Amino acid sequence: MSWTTLLLLAAGAYVFKAAGLVLGRGWRPPTLVQGCLDLLPAALIAALIVVNTVVSDRRIVLDARLVGVLVAAVAAWRKAPFVVVVLLGAGVTALVRKGGILA
Amino acid sequence: MARGRESGSVVTAGIVLGVAVGVFGVSFGLVAVTSGLSPAKACAMSLLVFTGASQFAAVGVVAAGGSPAAALASALFLAARNGVYGLAMSPILSGRLPRRLVAAQLVIDESTALATAQPDRATQEKAFWAGGLGVFVFWNIGTLVGALGGRLIGDPRTWGLDAAFPAAFVALLVPHLRKVGGRDAALLGGVIALVLSPLLPAGIPIVLAALASAVGLRRGSAR
Repeated sequence: MSWTTLLLLAAGAYVFKAAGLVLGRGWRPPTLVQGCLDLLPAALIAALIVVNTVVSDRRIVLDARLVGVLVAAVAAWRKAPFVVVVLLGAGVTALVRKGGILA
Repeated sequence: MARGRESGSVVTAGIVLGVAVGVFGVSFGLVAVTSGLSPAKACAMSLLVFTGASQFAAVGVVAAGGSPAAALASALFLAARNGVYGLAMSPILSGRLPRRLVAAQLVIDESTALATAQPDRATQEKAFWAGGLGVFVFWNIGTLVGALGGRLIGDPRTWGLDAAFPAAFVALLVPHLRKVGGRDAALLGGVIALVLSPLLPAGIPIVLAALASAVGLRRGSAR
């Protein structure tokens, strides 16, 4: 990522934060926009999980990552602490890889 | 100003919240560096962008080989909700424009959540600053630690760190899955991303999946 992209991102993120706080006294977004904003994080996060778990170089690849992420998902669903979920995901993936079961 | 029991506990809560998020910051630093950012860029991002989910999204798109435009778009989609938080915080925060412009950088999930959980306006304002500053300090320390530590570990795949990133997002997704709307959006977004990934350049499927799911489900629901 270039510095230009990074600074554009910083500026964009700040504009959103400041706009609501400085200009937005008493204003509420239209229901339709609000509804989309509510749903967007779940869809975006799920897409990011898929792309980083089962996609490599524009191909669907099922490897050790999938096992690690599934274990992490079970832990997260059972309300394990954030750190535990992340460590489980990485640790299980590393073990499956080391065991030579999956790449 | 008298330090009541409530305001004191709000400060403690801000610090505890900050430490918890700081651990998350370590994983951000690690993930950023393993997906090719320099430690300086990782730290600059945490200081200047300072909104965790957007930072992870930008780095995730870059890690998947996506274009800068796709990285920007996904990150800014997620940043848009801070605008909604800003609206919610607007009546709570006192002071003139310069003070508000400083406060704006601290408008994130955690500070808004901590503030809106308080009973009265004065405590809410204190909670906003305590939560915002607590998270700011520890998030940035965490990023620095993770970014510098990341250089020492060699091939991140050996340690399964390529899975640490989706695992972190799984943890962030779970609260959404406990709500019906969130569950549908997540399912649709995941399926669209899976189907489009072999067809389109990296990063674009993420943006399309997010937009299509949110808009499609919103228009389809008669709530």
